[in-house]
Amino acid sequence: MQAIADKQGVKRYIISLTVNGDEYSPVIKGNTLLVNLLRDGLDLTGTKKGCELGDCGSCTVLMDGKPVDACLVLALEADGCEIITIEGVAQHGELDRLQRSFIDNAAIQCGYCTPGMILSAKALLARNPHPTEPEVRAAIAGNLCRCTGYVNIVKAVLDAAEVTA
Amino acid sequence: MYLPDFDYYAPESLTEATGLLMQLGTSARVLAGGTDILVKMKSGLLAPSALVSLKNLHELRRIRWDADRGLAIGALATHNEICNSAVVQEHFLSLSEAAHKLANNQIRNRGTIGGNLVNAIPSADLPPILIALGAYVTLAGPNSSRTVPVESFFTGVSRCALEPEREILTEVVIPPQKTTGSTYIKFGLRRSGALAVVGVAAAVTMDGNVVRDARICLGAVYKVPTRAIQAEQVLIGKTWTNDLLEQAGRTAVGCCLPISDIRGSAEYRRDLVRIFTRRALKRAITQGHV
Repeated sequence: MQAIADKQGVKRYIISLTVNGDEYSPVIKGNTLLVNLLRDGLDLTGTKKGCELGDCGSCTVLMDGKPVDACLVLALEADGCEIITIEGVAQHGELDRLQRSFIDNAAIQCGYCTPGMILSAKALLARNPHPTEPEVRAAIAGNLCRCTGYVNIVKAVLDAAEVTA
Repeated sequence: MYLPDFDYYAPESLTEATGLLMQLGTSARVLAGGTDILVKMKSGLLAPSALVSLKNLHELRRIRWDADRGLAIGALATHNEICNSAVVQEHFLSLSEAAHKLANNQIRNRGTIGGNLVNAIPSADLPPILIALGAYVTLAGPNSSRTVPVESFFTGVSRCALEPEREILTEVVIPPQKTTGSTYIKFGLRRSGALAVVGVAAAVTMDGNVVRDARICLGAVYKVPTRAIQAEQVLIGKTWTNDLLEQAGRTAVGCCLPISDIRGSAEYRRDLVRIFTRRALKRAITQGHV
């Protein structure tokens, strides 16, 4: 991480991080949040902003494989980390099985919580390929859906888990 | 929602970190997981001139067991690291369970045990079980360090014994003990992501059916987490019965001073203290894991 100051004395930092497999070295301010770096700096607007206080999970991304709220992480703290956003879930134009399962199970209504839901579910299936229903519910407990489509969301995750069997 | 401006430092050693705090003065703050301090900064409750990030102090992430010292948990261990740690589960399963009851998965991946203590809110989930297990913390200053029992660490709502302009909480230690069973149970308005309306931790040392020792700690019902010492005395030396546990629960109500707020009235909290003290004790006595 390198610090630079402009003529007005405003400090900026050059960090390096990997986002969806691509390496970036953005110039950011100390108070830039990871969610704003992703959305405004890298134009990855699939990561949503909801409560911005760590309650709703709309901004969930994977940081070194673990789901975190990108609204509560300084971009500086992600220096050297590997980030996966919803844009990095589909591979080579093919939807991930979780994304396919969300569509097949009608687990999407307004869609605002969906990126976060998919990433929380993705982290769950990576560490536990065959979760029980309570385990699915616990894994997405930090992702709020206000269309209240939880039943179909849980079904979608369980279906995707079965496909891997 | 944006953060105010601040200077950012990411020291490479503890000495450098405490040195920076001394140099930066009273309005600098330590940044661990950020799940509390960044919310406070967004809400305008706190506007530190500088943040000293501990992210490079990897030695503060370690969780170790030592037969003489007990379980030493680095201040930067996250709630999920504590929850999933085989060492923690082996020696103090109740702490692993308490860490799992806190907030939600995303927050547990960032929030740290050190931050949970220093933030010092009355409803925090880790202090009651740490107090029931007789844990202490290490506070490192520029030239020396000191240890403080978690029980006397809290001095008020959002206040603790740490001197923020010169000290960093570096580890939490739970000493080896004779405890035969312990637990932390909480009542929240939702099963996940909810602050405790009441939290009760109990640690007991049983000799058959006789209670040799008991420690009870109540959370969210006073400005600091509080031992229910009179309720412990109801139990010690006696053979446990459901009636005895109910009596301990009733006594525990007299050990707290809850407020009424959006999550529950004082009267409701007192009733919860009675019931949850009884349940926590029964679980600690009958379930028998520490």
